Amino acid sequence: MSGILTVAFDGIVYASWLFLMSAGLTLIYGVMRILNVAHGGLYALGAYAACSLAGAWLGGGLPAAGSFAMLLLAAVMVGCIVGPLLERGLLQWMYGKEEVVLVLVTYAVFLIMEDVIKLAWGVDSMLLPEPYALPGNFSLAGVPYPVYNLLLIGMALVTGLILAWALYRTRQGKLLLAVIHDREISMAIGIDVSRIYLATFAVGATLAALGGALTAPTIAVTPGIGVEVIVLAFAVVVIGGLGSLGGAALGAIMVGLVRSATVRYWPEAELFSIYAVMALVLIARPKGLFAAQEARKI
Amino acid sequence: MKAAAVALATLAGSIALALLAPQWLVFMAMVVLAKGIVVLGLLVLMRTGLVSFGQGLYFGIGAYAAALLSHRWHVSDAAAMMVAGAAAAGLVAAFLGLLLARYREIFFAMLSLAFSMILYGLLVKSAALGSTDGFNLHARSFFGIALTAGTERQVFLVAGSVCAVVAALLVHRLFGGHWGRLSTGVRDNELRVTYLGASPYRIVYVNYLIASALAGFGGALAALAVGHVDPEMAYWTISGEFVFIAILGGTQSILAPFAAAAIFETLRMIASQYAPNVWQMSLGLAMLAIIMFLPGGLWTLTQRWRRSA
Repeated sequence: MSGILTVAFDGIVYASWLFLMSAGLTLIYGVMRILNVAHGGLYALGAYAACSLAGAWLGGGLPAAGSFAMLLLAAVMVGCIVGPLLERGLLQWMYGKEEVVLVLVTYAVFLIMEDVIKLAWGVDSMLLPEPYALPGNFSLAGVPYPVYNLLLIGMALVTGLILAWALYRTRQGKLLLAVIHDREISMAIGIDVSRIYLATFAVGATLAALGGALTAPTIAVTPGIGVEVIVLAFAVVVIGGLGSLGGAALGAIMVGLVRSATVRYWPEAELFSIYAVMALVLIARPKGLFAAQEARKI
Repeated sequence: MKAAAVALATLAGSIALALLAPQWLVFMAMVVLAKGIVVLGLLVLMRTGLVSFGQGLYFGIGAYAAALLSHRWHVSDAAAMMVAGAAAAGLVAAFLGLLLARYREIFFAMLSLAFSMILYGLLVKSAALGSTDGFNLHARSFFGIALTAGTERQVFLVAGSVCAVVAALLVHRLFGGHWGRLSTGVRDNELRVTYLGASPYRIVYVNYLIASALAGFGGALAALAVGHVDPEMAYWTISGEFVFIAILGGTQSILAPFAAAAIFETLRMIASQYAPNVWQMSLGLAMLAIIMFLPGGLWTLTQRWRRSA
């Protein structure tokens, strides 16, 4: 019984992390039709920025609790500086190209970012253990867990709720849904699509960086951490259906639970299981679980 | 006629390279050849408008099939290894292709990526296959003729070139005619191809099979060149590299993949020598420059040059 409980909890913690990563990816795809490989680069950048900012905060002798705020600040900074820079400086010249070409464009950006990170922060790994250790532990079915994991779940829930509220309840969100539905008609009725693209990309980039910033305290931040993350986030988003926020949430929970169950009962199959789920879902539903039906164009 | 002349010149060049060049250059030529063959397969797929982000799957299968042959069954004949690489990849593709041929655009790319990551996940976790370290392989004979130490790579290079030239000529012939027109038709408007009485599913399936067998052969060749296989050969970054080389060269000529692979490997060698920390950045910048200014790939430069001459 306690085995199932820990598997479920581990799965939900992992799912929260996955959701933070994939929400931005699916949002950017839904609006801009870009499968953003650079998402992995933004994740890594968020992690590094968090290390530097929170490290400086703690190094200055300021109250340790403030380092959590520094994690969030790092994510927002990366998202609001690098995001618009990429969209205005590069991506806006690429709209109208095929989706597969756009994957390559963002792949190129990802490669560039990997080396920029190495040049800026060096190749040694960085550690930021304080925010992870600070809240202490709690016990679940006799197994001690860091409270930080609860914070992660909380962040994912809050992020998901804010995104859903912004999308479905605000004027800007409804404009965005209109753009997702039909870009050209939206332009014709006077929606500033270029501004919506910019905002979407900035929000998506912030979410990627947030994923990185919240992960930074739990790992050793080294060059190349973005490489694995990006295909994982792809898997989650594709399972849920590209462009669907609810799909990303469901995909994250599925992948999270499958992973934690295999890690416990059949550890050899860890990586295999995630992509097997992705392949199975795509076989059963070629466009993912929640993908919108598209009119057939002849 | 022209194709035959180019083929003969290529063969003469590779034999000269094998006889005269130092070991490191022979090694590099083999890697170029291996990657060029995989990318040739990608070109076949791109004819139908499909880009696979998972050719690492067949590259890995080919390499591991060749290596297992030597490691498990103690067959140390290089020709058998090359055949095994292509055959194993073709066999897997014959199954997966049944499914993948139904997919288009980004979904095809993603599903092929998923399959390649499944293989990667399996290889990383299988202790019997050396998990992340992989294992070594040794080829001691070629078509039953024992090889003296130090000459293996030369022999493999020539053998690989012969196979590559044959494969390239076959692809050239196939796509110069009826089949090539149909493939382009699937890319441009699938529904009309169906109206004309051809089956897009079958065309995609066969092209996928060709691409995968070529990737498997390339994998076996790469394994022979390096003398070692590891799971990285099936990782998505390798698949990305293949797509990059394909875009770099362009899709107009069957020579483009080999030329682009040569440029790619040369650049990589120079970068790893002088600036290992900016190699990925230069790669990314080059890719952006190509997509923006030369969407048809480097091969369009030769056409411009020919027109102005």
